[in-house]
Amino acid sequence: MMWLTWRQFRAQGIVAAALAVALGVVLLITGLNLAHLNSDSGVATCHGARACATAANAFINQLPGTGSVPVFFGTIAVIYLAPALMGIFWGAPLVARELETGTFRLAWNQSVSRARWLVVKLGVVGLAAMATAGLLSLFLGWWESPIFRAAALAGSDSAAVTRISPQLFGAQGIAPIGYAAFAFALGVTAGALIRRTIPAMAVTLAAFGLVQAAWPLWIRSHLITPLREYFAITPANVNELAIINNTQMIVRHDVEKPGAWVVSDQTVSPSGHLFSGPPTHACLSANASPNACNASIAALHLRALISYEPASRFWPLQWTETGIFVVLAMALAAFCAWRIGKRRLA
Amino acid sequence: MTAVLESSGLGKRYRQRWALRDCTLSVPSGHVVGLVGPNGAGKTTLLSLAVGLLQPTTGSVEIAGDRPASSSAQLAKVGFVAQDTPTYSGLSVADHLRLGRHMNPGWDAKLAERRISQLGLDPAQKAGKLSGGQRAQLALTLAIAKRPAVLILDEPIASLDPLARREFLQILMEVTAEQELSVVMSSHLVSDLERVCDYMIVLVASRVQVADEVDELLNTHRQVTGPRTDLSALPADWQVISASHTDRQSTMLVCTPVPVTDPAWTADPIGLEDLVLSYMSKAVRPSPDSSPALEAQR
Repeated sequence: MMWLTWRQFRAQGIVAAALAVALGVVLLITGLNLAHLNSDSGVATCHGARACATAANAFINQLPGTGSVPVFFGTIAVIYLAPALMGIFWGAPLVARELETGTFRLAWNQSVSRARWLVVKLGVVGLAAMATAGLLSLFLGWWESPIFRAAALAGSDSAAVTRISPQLFGAQGIAPIGYAAFAFALGVTAGALIRRTIPAMAVTLAAFGLVQAAWPLWIRSHLITPLREYFAITPANVNELAIINNTQMIVRHDVEKPGAWVVSDQTVSPSGHLFSGPPTHACLSANASPNACNASIAALHLRALISYEPASRFWPLQWTETGIFVVLAMALAAFCAWRIGKRRLA
Repeated sequence: MTAVLESSGLGKRYRQRWALRDCTLSVPSGHVVGLVGPNGAGKTTLLSLAVGLLQPTTGSVEIAGDRPASSSAQLAKVGFVAQDTPTYSGLSVADHLRLGRHMNPGWDAKLAERRISQLGLDPAQKAGKLSGGQRAQLALTLAIAKRPAVLILDEPIASLDPLARREFLQILMEVTAEQELSVVMSSHLVSDLERVCDYMIVLVASRVQVADEVDELLNTHRQVTGPRTDLSALPADWQVISASHTDRQSTMLVCTPVPVTDPAWTADPIGLEDLVLSYMSKAVRPSPDSSPALEAQR
């Protein structure tokens, strides 16, 4: 069974390995270059916050000239796409093509039980998918580590670049492994249900894309309840002030939380309710001075309420999310086994 | 003699339509069994149930003494060549033999290689580039080199040209003689099966019409001709399979355990093809009293 699995997977496996190696070479060359820049800038050997911030900023400012930015975002794009591609090209045809071409009648009448056929297939190809995603993420982790270390030292400006931010989180750490397992199992399931390869591929892409888009928007922040913190809003730190229809007033202070993922940022009144107006008279009247308007806003005692996941929750979130996707993948695999075992496929 | 294929009350329904119903069979081992019936009669359904690709809706089926596909040891006992003889088009002939070797503990590599070289197949050739006949031969090789006790063939020669047909059947005969295996093969043409089968199952409109050894069938069935008679006036042990009447004469296919002795009737032996065709046309002809006869037949 191992032999057949390997023989059928060989061509796809070699293509994937070749692409991964090509990306690895690009990352290796640019990554060594980055490491050189990093040590030249003295970030690794600096003492004191101020000296380190200077060195880190010097390093970061050099980055755009090295071509690192497209490599960074390119690799992240690859890591986000890889699970979808593996679900489409490895998962969807796994059962669907056998059903479509009738070869399941050949495969399932050798002296290997259908359950074992599926377990070996899912195991070998699924683990290959997980390993590929994990390796890509590992490459990137090594490559980007000087940048994140410098960003943490450089002060608030660069600290906005954090591994926990929704744009980067899914391409970091072990999360891609979970996505790969899930996308692969999703592809296999779609194939077993739809029984035709091309439609199964399309469904896999659509379903996985939906999950990948919805997850950071609506689900990830519920995995671990975000921390909440209030910040006083003073006229000095208001970032946005607007009056709509003379009935609503927006007062916003965008809180910076270095290294953290700010899930939501709301303006609340002292009683704790969401503040949306009404506008103060001083700010409404046409001939009032800006100072009077500011003073009236200060008198409202508004506060900014943020909920956020601090940088320290990067790994707990990674484990939770990866665990969920691996469990989902196993549930899908079990469904496939049940479905195929029911023998309604002939 | 043990039964190689045994079923009782076996039925399979797809949504509203019964593809097979009330199938009770006990086929002794050591035969080359022909499963014949028109297209859509349920032959593939019966064979798929027998190899475990389908789960029965009603009843049960056993092949080589156990439930189909119940274990890898059971799978090893059954060789199966599916309809249209599926093979992996991207894999070479040699790859298919390797597949067989890796997936079957009882694989007979010598036999497989000898067969491939006898057939003149290039081991490096991709299965997708083979002709229909060559593909059927490759699928047959895979099925027999696992050394099964039973070989099931679903319309193996339907898509082959006459020459490839003859070749395929000839090789099948050689193999069954060498290996002492039981064979069940289906076809919608009696002429395909007539030459090789010594047991016949006629399946029409999702029901088994008759199943017995060919010799027995030929011994008990007679073409009887005599004066025009009402069917109800015939001897009690006559089962009329088909009848046609002219003004003065009745011609009938009759199944009877005892020879026809009444001088009013002339009894002639009947060929297998005519016999099977009579059963087929009887089953498709709507006739209210056909059911009791069917029950008695089994």
